Amino acid sequence: MNTLIIISVLPIVLLYLGLYKATKALLPVTVIGLFAALGCAIASYSKPDVAQPIYHGMMLFNNFSVAFSAVTIIATILILMLSGGYFEKISRNVAEYYAIILFSLAGIIVMVSFNNLVMLFIGIEIMSVSLYILAGIKKSDFASNEAALKYFLMGAFSTGFLLFGITLIYGSSASFDLDVIRDWVVSHPHINPMFYTGIGLIIVGLCFKVGAAPFHFWTPDVYEGSPTLITAFMSTVVKTAGFAAFLRLFSACFAPLSDFWVPILLVITVLTLFIGNITALYQQSFKRMLAFSSISHAGYLLFAIVALGAGSANSVFIYATAYSIASIIAFGALILVQQQNGSDNFESFNGLAKKNPFLALVLTIAMLSLAGIPLTAGFIGKFFMFSGALAKYQVWLVIIAAVNAIISIFYYFRVIVAMYFRPVDRAEVTVPAYYKVVFVLSALATIIIGIYPDFIASFI
Amino acid sequence: MTVSILIFLPVVAAVIVALLKNEVAKYAALFFSLAELVVAGIFLSRFVPDASTQFAIDVPWISRFGIYFAAGIDGISMILVLLTTVLVPLIILSTYKHEYKNASAFYALILFMQAGMLVVFTALDGFLFYVGWEAALIPIYFICALWGGENRIRITLKFFIYTFAGSLFMLIAIIYLYLQSPDKTYDLHQLYNLKLSAAHQSIVFWGFFVAFAIKMPLFPFHTWQPDTYTEAPTGGTMMLSGIMLKMGIYGVIRWLIPNAPIGFIHYQVLIIVLAVIGIVYASIIAFKQKDGKRLVAYSSIAHVGLIAAGIFAWNAQGLQGALIQMLNHGINVVGMFFIWDIISRRLNTRDISQLGGIAKVAPQFAIAFLIIVLGTVGLPLTNGFVGEFLLLNGVFQFSANHYHNLVLAVIAGTTIILGAVYMLRMYKNVMQGETNELTATFTDIHGSEKLVLIIICVLIIGLGVYPGPVMHLSEAAVDNLVKMLNTKLI
Repeated sequence: MNTLIIISVLPIVLLYLGLYKATKALLPVTVIGLFAALGCAIASYSKPDVAQPIYHGMMLFNNFSVAFSAVTIIATILILMLSGGYFEKISRNVAEYYAIILFSLAGIIVMVSFNNLVMLFIGIEIMSVSLYILAGIKKSDFASNEAALKYFLMGAFSTGFLLFGITLIYGSSASFDLDVIRDWVVSHPHINPMFYTGIGLIIVGLCFKVGAAPFHFWTPDVYEGSPTLITAFMSTVVKTAGFAAFLRLFSACFAPLSDFWVPILLVITVLTLFIGNITALYQQSFKRMLAFSSISHAGYLLFAIVALGAGSANSVFIYATAYSIASIIAFGALILVQQQNGSDNFESFNGLAKKNPFLALVLTIAMLSLAGIPLTAGFIGKFFMFSGALAKYQVWLVIIAAVNAIISIFYYFRVIVAMYFRPVDRAEVTVPAYYKVVFVLSALATIIIGIYPDFIASFI
Repeated sequence: MTVSILIFLPVVAAVIVALLKNEVAKYAALFFSLAELVVAGIFLSRFVPDASTQFAIDVPWISRFGIYFAAGIDGISMILVLLTTVLVPLIILSTYKHEYKNASAFYALILFMQAGMLVVFTALDGFLFYVGWEAALIPIYFICALWGGENRIRITLKFFIYTFAGSLFMLIAIIYLYLQSPDKTYDLHQLYNLKLSAAHQSIVFWGFFVAFAIKMPLFPFHTWQPDTYTEAPTGGTMMLSGIMLKMGIYGVIRWLIPNAPIGFIHYQVLIIVLAVIGIVYASIIAFKQKDGKRLVAYSSIAHVGLIAAGIFAWNAQGLQGALIQMLNHGINVVGMFFIWDIISRRLNTRDISQLGGIAKVAPQFAIAFLIIVLGTVGLPLTNGFVGEFLLLNGVFQFSANHYHNLVLAVIAGTTIILGAVYMLRMYKNVMQGETNELTATFTDIHGSEKLVLIIICVLIIGLGVYPGPVMHLSEAAVDNLVKMLNTKLI
């Protein structure tokens, strides 16, 4: 549990650093602190899993929590490493950025290790409130303000659904504790409608948080309006945490009632896939395309919950890891290109391969991974998801997913086509050293997981 | 000595070539592809032509899903390994007259693609097979899109999406097979032993079939092919038509029919009808083509249609014919595309109506062209004859008991006549007649061009006169496969 403590104390230290104008120290302190937190998380990993609930059963830091803490912390580190010079350009209060991102991460750690519905709610709120601020942090920018307001209103609304659902569950089972609720579900053959309503409302609340259709309407505007790095944080770390919480809750409590909620989630999954993919096809802006593609990836991630089983946690873990690192590359490249010519349209990537072969190559790897082409991590993620769904005889769902994977080729390859096959005279994009490190690490991780996934395939 | 050497040598070579300077890339690529040929030669010399799988490798890969890096060579694989390892050096040599931008990337992609195709031809694990299948697709997409003709962006994307779509359905079929297996395995031989119901086999059948039919391509899944062949750089076209389409045919023999025999029997006649329609349809379109490269592309559809018909007839003759014809078609079509590459490079046109009388100014070229044409139309004593004879024999055997199937066989037989018509007509229009202003400038072949054409001609005649040794390689494996399936169907 030291992970959570470190991540909670770290932002306070950062705020003091900001107070004393030690801006140069912010990034190193943050990264060192996060590595310490990561180390603590991995230290509590044990095979077989022997973790016991702690803090009066409020939290359970098991291997599931270790895996998702690790992936969210690593993704945060990578994103923060991209921030060198980025926040300074858009704001004077740099320390607050780091602090708020870390507060949000603290909420995320709670979300992946809760053992009590109250902790789930608290975790989601800590994360969300930080994100509302982050979305609107470009104070004078109209789009950023719009994003923050939209996100806040919709988010507050959906939290209401979630809380209402939790209340109804409590009303039926008389507990917030996951173990007690599970026992109650198992020992009661006839579950009352109130409980079912509670599950339905929780699904609504969580689907909003992970951006699944038809609760996705906030995503494109918020993702587009927020500063690009914040968008990267929201669409990778936050999304991963959302799915981790979703999966944890459903596999711990509601698994025996799958006859009730699987059809609901099935509809949501299919809608999410089609809406995300088809809308992404029509985007002219790379950033907005990534926003919609993140919706479609939410659809693939939902597979693990629809086909809930022993392998679900690993599938989500691998898929979320693959998706996160590929997205970080994509957002990093977007920041660089956007800085150079001020536009985030597909056209601004034209001819990039000639002047920046390295940048083009890593972005190509990222796009191939997002599209799920073999020998990249994205394929392994999709493979796990498809296997899981087919094991539950969801043949049609997988066929629909395959059709969607084909659609997604169009927009992912648009970037590759622009970079390699549409030669335009352009100046070289300067890639700062920090970015190079992030790109190389992410691209290598993508390929290594793609070729030899065995070392993380049985992590949880 | 295991097949892993054969698979990883081109991967290592691709990395090395990618790091080299552009000027030396082609020499290095040729060197590595010849080294690969030598390795294949060593395998061949140690190969025992019985039905067993040899040089096998089997190491755990993704243990949680029972995935192994399992590959090996039997008689059927051996022919395709030979095809790949012989053609790649030839293809590389045939590109020597081109000056490609970023040549090191071009040759690295070709070598990487070779590795992918060798994985496909030797894989004994469903997952590995799929990975190889896609690993061959990515390089050829970039080859076509980076060094192709004017409309390359649109056409290559169409090609990619078409084939990627097919392979995703294959992936579903493979995972489906895995889930049906009691031990949860992707091992080919264990999957062969599954006893699936007819309904399950239908799913598996269609999943595989779509992927393979697109790759071959079989009518009506062929629409990507003529455009892609025409727009791709010649090296890429040769890789596609010479080797890559054989992945589809090989897949049918190795994965589709043995894994879903009941599903296959159910749709057998339908597929043969499609194949025969493809033969006639492509032949007629080929007849109307003005662009030489496009004509060859359509003729390839017709020839593949016959191979498909021979396989789906499913008897030893048809299969044996298909295997030998895959080898022959690979050699002939590479020769044919090379001929058109030489013409278009010299004269900047592929329009048949603008050509004529080249034979007078370039006699050596004319002889080589004639031999390749004769091989393609299947004249006795050329390689095409052996394969087509066996294939037609197989199709006729299938139709021996059904009168209406006999009609199919007869129509399939017309492929030889139709093929001869458009090929010889092309030859006549291009090579004979009066030399015009344009063709008078044609210089005869020399250097690397001559070498490539001599090798191809020797192969065409050699395999035509004495095909025994090659056929002997696969005989036992084919018999075994047919026998296994017959017991499975009873």
